[in-house]
Amino acid sequence: MAKRSAPEVNAGSMADIAFLLLIFFLVTTTIPKDSGISRKLPPIEPPNEEDVVIKQKNIFTVLLNGKDQLLVEDELMELKDLRKAAIEFLDNGGDGSCDYCNGGKNPKSSDNPDKAIISLKNERETSYAAYISVQNELVAAYNDLRNKRALLIGPQKGFRDMDFVMMEKNYKDPKFPGDTDKLKEIIDQIRAEYPEKLSEVQ
Amino acid sequence: MSKFKSKKDNALPAVNTASLPDIVFMLLFFFMVVTVMREDTLLIENRLPLADQVEKLEKKYPISYIYAGKPARGYEKFGTEARLQLNDKFADISEIQAFISSERQNLLTEDLIPYMTVSLKVDKEANMGIVGDIKQELREANALKINYSVGTGSALDN
Repeated sequence: MAKRSAPEVNAGSMADIAFLLLIFFLVTTTIPKDSGISRKLPPIEPPNEEDVVIKQKNIFTVLLNGKDQLLVEDELMELKDLRKAAIEFLDNGGDGSCDYCNGGKNPKSSDNPDKAIISLKNERETSYAAYISVQNELVAAYNDLRNKRALLIGPQKGFRDMDFVMMEKNYKDPKFPGDTDKLKEIIDQIRAEYPEKLSEVQ
Repeated sequence: MSKFKSKKDNALPAVNTASLPDIVFMLLFFFMVVTVMREDTLLIENRLPLADQVEKLEKKYPISYIYAGKPARGYEKFGTEARLQLNDKFADISEIQAFISSERQNLLTEDLIPYMTVSLKVDKEANMGIVGDIKQELREANALKINYSVGTGSALDN
């Protein structure tokens, strides 16, 4: 008996099946976009903690009121000027102990980036969008200073054209070809030179 | 002459759809690879504010999500004030500590607890009152690593 060839499977509905699956995945899934501003909350302190005395000139007060108005060092300020004001305050180097600062060395402003504290206070009625904008500008002030520093000391250690944000990104990247130990050293050094001291008043 | 003319000559030829399944499968695989399953069904409005100093949240450490915002359409009976959502339902501020401890129990090992990040997805029209309360509860639960989830854009446009 002659061998009968197998009948061909009808693939006409293949597209329909694939469309069905496609639509299922379109509906049930989302494209992840997990990025944001990372913060660390202060731990709850025991009640009998002694108050630390900080000089008024080392504190940069930022107040955000219920109408989303910004009061910086007791003066009204627009959001777009905040970054510059924060950089001026942090990079001031008033007592001359900071040899890498480029600030105006104003004796009425902060002594040293290590001592400079930014204090952020908001009210319950403040909108979240305004709060995030202010947080963003303050983080940007720190990042700007660190970037400038990284571009200055990076080439001496063999990391050319890499700002601080880039260094951190490369450090986390397992495929980075350079020397990660050396990179960590620079990152830690810059972090120590411009520590992020952002305190939130409750 | 009419002998050589067939009737079908006037009709358009059918489009060849043999490669349609291939195209659709390609799209399907693309979406399967780049997307993830929805974690929670949102009962609230959740339009994130914009910022440009963003860091990527690392997936290798556990992340818990807390949502807050105005109840979405269809849930108007819960009011127009910003509310908190944990998992798939509205929650009270006082439930955060229980939520954090249950999230901790779901971790693979206890060593991961200090690395657990809480991602706050808060609507940009919410006020800071609810965010401050959430932060206070998280401090009491000792979940100190937080991340304000934002969209990428200029913060001056908020």
